Amino acid sequence: MGNRIIVDPITRIEGHLRIEVEVEGGKVKNAWSSANMFRGIELILQGRDPRDAPLFTQRSCGVCTYVHYLASVRALEAAIGVRVPENARLIRNLLHGAQFQHDHIVHFYHLHALDWVDIVSALKADPKKTATLSENSNNAEWGGSAYFKGIQERLQTFVDSGQLGPINNAYWGHSAYKLPPEGNLMAAAHYIEALRLQSRTARMHALFGAKNPHLQSLVAGGVTCVRSLTADKLTEFLHLWKETQAFVENVYIPDLITVASFYKDWGAIGGATNFLAWGDLPQSDKEPESLFLPRGWIANRDFQNVRMPDQEKVTEHVVHAWYEDGSPKHPYQGETKPRPGDYETGGDMSTWKFAKPQTGKYSWFKAPRYEGEACEVGPLARVLVGYGLGKKEFKDVVDSTLKKLDIPATALFSTLGRTAARGLETLVIGTAMENWIMELVENVKNDDTKTYEPWEMPDNAMGHGLNDVARGALGHWIEIEDKKIKNYQMVVPSTWNLGPRCEGGKLGPVEEALIGTPIADPKRPLEILRTVHSFDPCIACGVHVIDPDSNQVYDIKVL
Amino acid sequence: MEKEQKEFYERLEKKGVSRRAFMKYCTFVTATLGLSSSFVPKVAEVFAAPQKRPAVIWLHFGECTGCSEAMLRSTYPYPDDLVLEILSVEYHETIMAAAGQQAEDNLHAAVKKYKDKFVCIVEGAIPTKDNGIYGRSGGRTFLEIAQEVIPQAAAVIAIGNCATFGGIQAAKPNPGGYKGVSDVIPVQPVNLPGCPYNPINLIGTVVNYILMGKIPALDALGRPLFAYGKTIHDQCPRRSHFELGEFVTEFGSPEAALGYCLYEMGCKGPETYNNCPVAKYNDGTSWPVEAGHPCIGCSEPGFWDSMTPFFKPL
Repeated sequence: MGNRIIVDPITRIEGHLRIEVEVEGGKVKNAWSSANMFRGIELILQGRDPRDAPLFTQRSCGVCTYVHYLASVRALEAAIGVRVPENARLIRNLLHGAQFQHDHIVHFYHLHALDWVDIVSALKADPKKTATLSENSNNAEWGGSAYFKGIQERLQTFVDSGQLGPINNAYWGHSAYKLPPEGNLMAAAHYIEALRLQSRTARMHALFGAKNPHLQSLVAGGVTCVRSLTADKLTEFLHLWKETQAFVENVYIPDLITVASFYKDWGAIGGATNFLAWGDLPQSDKEPESLFLPRGWIANRDFQNVRMPDQEKVTEHVVHAWYEDGSPKHPYQGETKPRPGDYETGGDMSTWKFAKPQTGKYSWFKAPRYEGEACEVGPLARVLVGYGLGKKEFKDVVDSTLKKLDIPATALFSTLGRTAARGLETLVIGTAMENWIMELVENVKNDDTKTYEPWEMPDNAMGHGLNDVARGALGHWIEIEDKKIKNYQMVVPSTWNLGPRCEGGKLGPVEEALIGTPIADPKRPLEILRTVHSFDPCIACGVHVIDPDSNQVYDIKVL
Repeated sequence: MEKEQKEFYERLEKKGVSRRAFMKYCTFVTATLGLSSSFVPKVAEVFAAPQKRPAVIWLHFGECTGCSEAMLRSTYPYPDDLVLEILSVEYHETIMAAAGQQAEDNLHAAVKKYKDKFVCIVEGAIPTKDNGIYGRSGGRTFLEIAQEVIPQAAAVIAIGNCATFGGIQAAKPNPGGYKGVSDVIPVQPVNLPGCPYNPINLIGTVVNYILMGKIPALDALGRPLFAYGKTIHDQCPRRSHFELGEFVTEFGSPEAALGYCLYEMGCKGPETYNNCPVAKYNDGTSWPVEAGHPCIGCSEPGFWDSMTPFFKPL
């Protein structure tokens, strides 16, 4: 095994992503996804105490905090062979559930909404009509024309100040925005309400995890927060869960339906072909049988035929990534050396095109493949797997949503389907959380406060943890030698979704999804943002649009 | 001013925040800043109605965005108050609506318009190896962006351990040659380390800046003394157990349930300067020792190397 340099997934997730597309006849003809930052956390881990890995890897992402922490602890526990007590499993699931709620709400309202909602148009809305729209479409606890008038005045005051800050110079007025002014005003109000709610939602993490972002209460063997199993903390958690779940039921899901009803054409744009979910939220020791979010693999959109995936069939390709060439390898055998020189041959990136570098390498991301195929991971993959397996929790919400929107199940394979699936699984997971809280309460009532199982570090061991987190399938692989980390690998959701082409030239999911996307104005490619954001890369990405007619190159950064 | 303040309180009440709760928050900020209580009304004024909102340019380099997320967890003021009524956030990649060229234009226009007047908040470390090719945004390296923007600011605030001291990507062997702001650009930022930093300390620094027109008093590492003047150990509610020799030696043990001292579990509190035990996180909900986990020393330079293995006693 040579000198291993692994693309840090944090780098991949939080690095700046650049999307390059070719447009012909008003539609995307070809697309390249290019990650632009390299940090090297996996390399940094080599030689360290394995117990430190969870704290290091959590820093892969602060938006998707907690999940690498959990994945790393699980990989470590698999390697050392320890089973955690029931209470630890419940607390971890509750923290994970809260992460899903928090992350998805923030994505919908603060990272994705402005692709569909025109804030400037909200200034023209009639507050009275907005109040009627709101009453007819959701069960929010706020509303009324005075409320919407207040929000509108607040926005107007802000605009009149001349200091437009975060709303300055965006794609306002673009022809692809379809909501009426009242819909835009309602969404703007909910943007603000959701912004306040999420800081309270995140407090669930602090109750059992010390703080958010970057929790600090997980260790191999269990959790450290034994003193948090008190009536006041449990009650506070329950209260915060209730408030969040009420928002999801009364506002998020209704908003999703309202907005989607204006964008049904996006049910035919932005789909991928294959889907992978490792599954998560174990209900007992048994995996994958007990996973609340089931494990499954779907090929060629055949969701009636969900198959059981095997992590042995995962490989990572480097032929189009800025690393020394090598054959596709399983994470345990991963062998990569960065070739940043290739990156430099791109020259001035403001005029750089994919075709230029001789090597055909164009990303810091490696390309993960399952049985050689690119797979979309994330909410849509999980919902399709749950739906395809006929799990009631998923079937009910998916069927009722399709009915409400009057669209067929095939419309799920799209940008709209991906965004809808994210909301629906937030509801499904949130609903399940109540039982977990009550189970925990019951245990404490019966004086069971066991939260940790002692263990000893073996000299040599290997283990992996398969997880499904807000953005999708996440795997950590660890190899321990002489009680130290010999090798550590993470294959993360954003490399599955946003990675480059593989050895066979097959496109990554976001590359594939972008093809066929209509572009009304190449200088303001709002439509590209919709599909890229629907994957929730949650990072600043660079999008690069080439218009072959004028040979004009535009640099568009997706934020 | 009076009218604006009245309107401000009306607005707060509409949101369900009483004037009393707001004043309580201002008292907390004032105390965090180490100011006397006579400053409370002035602190309230800062939040109530600044004439012109101070311009902020927020740069993202090598990081995880956890520090932006931490800011979004702020309550009193809520993030929407910060963005709409208190600050003028000219550039922030995670929240701004503009994209691509338009976003870049915003950055350039703001730097030009507010030259020597804006506050530059930096999140993330700067890769320096191989001319900084390990991180780019909008076709330019982070290094180039930092060199252009940061020297034109009136004040620089580096948040989190990455922007202050290089953070995790600067841990050995530091593959990208990552460094903190002051090791790359010849400026003395206000350093607010932590992983992430506590947003209350950023608010405290900003209030200090708006209120006094200057940055707060700093220690030798550029950290405000109001937040980083004492060790965790000196402020720890478990300190008496340390003095009595009552230690946790295994997680989940009866000693852990009793809340004994975590020194033997590797707690870095004695060598870490920060106000976690007093300020706590997420609206004062908790902090690591309260959750039974030893401090990992995340506000100290190079803690990913100097404080590891984390579970080995000092």
